[in-house]
Amino acid sequence: MNILVCVSKAPDTTSKITFKDNDTKFNENGVQFIVNPYDEWYALVRALELKEANGGKVTIISVGSADYEPIMRKALAIGADEAVRIDSPASDAYQVAAEIANYVSSNPFDLVLTGKETINYNGSQVGGMIAAIVDVPYTSNAAKLDVNGSTATVERDKQGGVEILELALPAVISAAKGMAEQRIPNMRGIMAARSKPLNVIPATVTDSLTETISFSLPPAKGDVKLVDSENIKELINLLHNEAKAI
Amino acid sequence: MNVLVFAENDNGKVAKASFEAATYGAKIAASSGGEASIITYGYLDAASLNGLASYGIPKILHCTDVSDLDPSQLTKLTIAAVEETNAELIVFPHDYTGKSIAPLVSAKMKAGMVAGAIDYPELSGDFTVKTNVFSGKAFAQVKIKTDKKIITLIPNAISKVKVDAAAETIAFSPDLGAPSVTVKEFKSEGGEGINLTEAELVVSAGRGLKGPENWGMIEELANELGAATACSRPVSDIGWRPHHEHVGQTGIAIRPNLYIAIGISGAIQHLAGVNGSKVIVVINTDKEAPFFKAADYGVVGDAFEVVPKMIEAVKAFKAGQA
Ligand SMILES: Cc1cc2nc3c(=O)[nH]c(=O)nc-3n(C[C@H](O)[C@H](O)[C@H](O)COP(=O)(O)OP(=O)(O)OC[C@H]3O[C@@H](n4cnc5c(N)ncnc54)[C@H](O)[C@@H]3O)c2cc1C
Ligand SMILES: Nc1ncnc2c1ncn2[C@@H]1O[C@H](COP(=O)(O)O)[C@@H](O)[C@H]1O
Repeated sequence: MNILVCVSKAPDTTSKITFKDNDTKFNENGVQFIVNPYDEWYALVRALELKEANGGKVTIISVGSADYEPIMRKALAIGADEAVRIDSPASDAYQVAAEIANYVSSNPFDLVLTGKETINYNGSQVGGMIAAIVDVPYTSNAAKLDVNGSTATVERDKQGGVEILELALPAVISAAKGMAEQRIPNMRGIMAARSKPLNVIPATVTDSLTETISFSLPPAKGDVKLVDSENIKELINLLHNEAKAI
Repeated sequence: MNVLVFAENDNGKVAKASFEAATYGAKIAASSGGEASIITYGYLDAASLNGLASYGIPKILHCTDVSDLDPSQLTKLTIAAVEETNAELIVFPHDYTGKSIAPLVSAKMKAGMVAGAIDYPELSGDFTVKTNVFSGKAFAQVKIKTDKKIITLIPNAISKVKVDAAAETIAFSPDLGAPSVTVKEFKSEGGEGINLTEAELVVSAGRGLKGPENWGMIEELANELGAATACSRPVSDIGWRPHHEHVGQTGIAIRPNLYIAIGISGAIQHLAGVNGSKVIVVINTDKEAPFFKAADYGVVGDAFEVVPKMIEAVKAFKAGQA
């Protein structure tokens, strides 16, 4: 089984978010970058488990500049066999998806996995867009994934319950919590990652459909109003009369 | 501009997020001199169809001939409806189905998409939309460069507004091809509880509660308030609570009117999922807990004493209101 896992770079979850150049760019100064959690914990680890069970190969792919390579090495250290970096800054979800779709069209895979969403752009877009461009079945938000021959079985959360569905491979599936357990890379993995192939290929498409004009931060909260634990009636009063929340 | 609103079929009903999308679409069409329409699908109860007719959109295209859980058919249906209505803007609720279909429609039509909008678009000048980024820690103003545009609207970002007008429901059945996925089963979780993403009020608890056996009072408080229940990540990881209740950076993001956090420390990854809430109440024994910095109201105290008092106070308040 030949599996492609799309891996994005994200600021560490504890990062303080600030902007520069007149609030037009994310300020990366002092920010620690990680593999986007959904891509690493769920998509990549499940891909490795499927490979361990069925044989095959796990390739990771990123659309990004050279600054993507440290997180790509981390994914290799966790166990991916090889990496492909499409050498272009990621400008919007469509551009990323179109680049990956082009790659997939000339390098076919049985299964393409993405994370449910990136924790910086939170679009949940790239996976669906790849599937639409390549024209293969897609399902989002998969909490469980099994493969039997050329059929994938997926469990996904929906409002009010869990949906179980089957799709024919090749397919694109986005991974959510539940699909696998996080793996910590060991020393051997980290050493091996250094010599695994990380191929850099040129970008093919350049058109993005959207453009981020500026960023802003939510207004700072005022001070908390403390209510005495002996006077909970007052809290309910405040929530009704002052905050108008109940 | 003509606007098409995608209304989700949520097990035979239309949920609040779709009514908000209808309000949003109707307002954009009105202020730009266009017409708004709705596309919806599958079996819907009468209350839902009537509901859809009450938000100022005169035309409802309804397709019953569709596998309502199949992404490729829903994508084709939406594109056919765009052609039928000459829509330039398509609005989806940023909910389970809308979130998964919108990117497919976007890529098929090469229509630029903004996911997770929290406000109306800027219509004069460039078409830009304000959206949530960095897991709720910041906002971005994003320009859509294409003629056809797609917006997914975050639940609870705008209020739905009923208007007194009639709508026409038109049967719509374009050719949708074969389904691309086979739905084997839908295991209902008794889904009678309140949908967390749409809930106006949420009562949430964390590791401070010590064990799953102590959630009785949390559920009782939620029940008295008519609130949904949520929890922090460790609580769902250990299995004290179902994982769909997990809110935060790696769980779901919510923006209720009121979020009550009980025995939750307020880690940055937790705040990321709840900092869009309008009012935050924190109950914690530790007055240094970081959550107090993000809170509007706080009680420094033991949940096991404070929550029962809150239940009593809410009961008394409701009795006073009645
Ligand atoms: C990559 C990453 C992603 C993450 N994503 C999420 C996420 O999406 N959501 C999330 O929630 N977390 C997330 N976390 C975990 C997060 O960092 C915190 O560990 C977690 O939120 C803590 O949960 P908690 O507040 O329930 O527990 P604790 O931090 O243990 O806090 C318990 C609190 O209860 C208080 N307490 C104790 N006893 C009582 C009592 N009797 N009455 C009242 N208060 C009491 C304590 O003072 C304390 O403040 C993530 C972490 C990482 C590294
Ligand atoms: N620049 C990128 N390179 C490779 N994969 C990406 C990139 N951006 C996003 N993805 C993948 O697409 C998923 C969804 O991203 P998003 O649409 O931004 O929420 C992520 O979890 C990744 O798997």
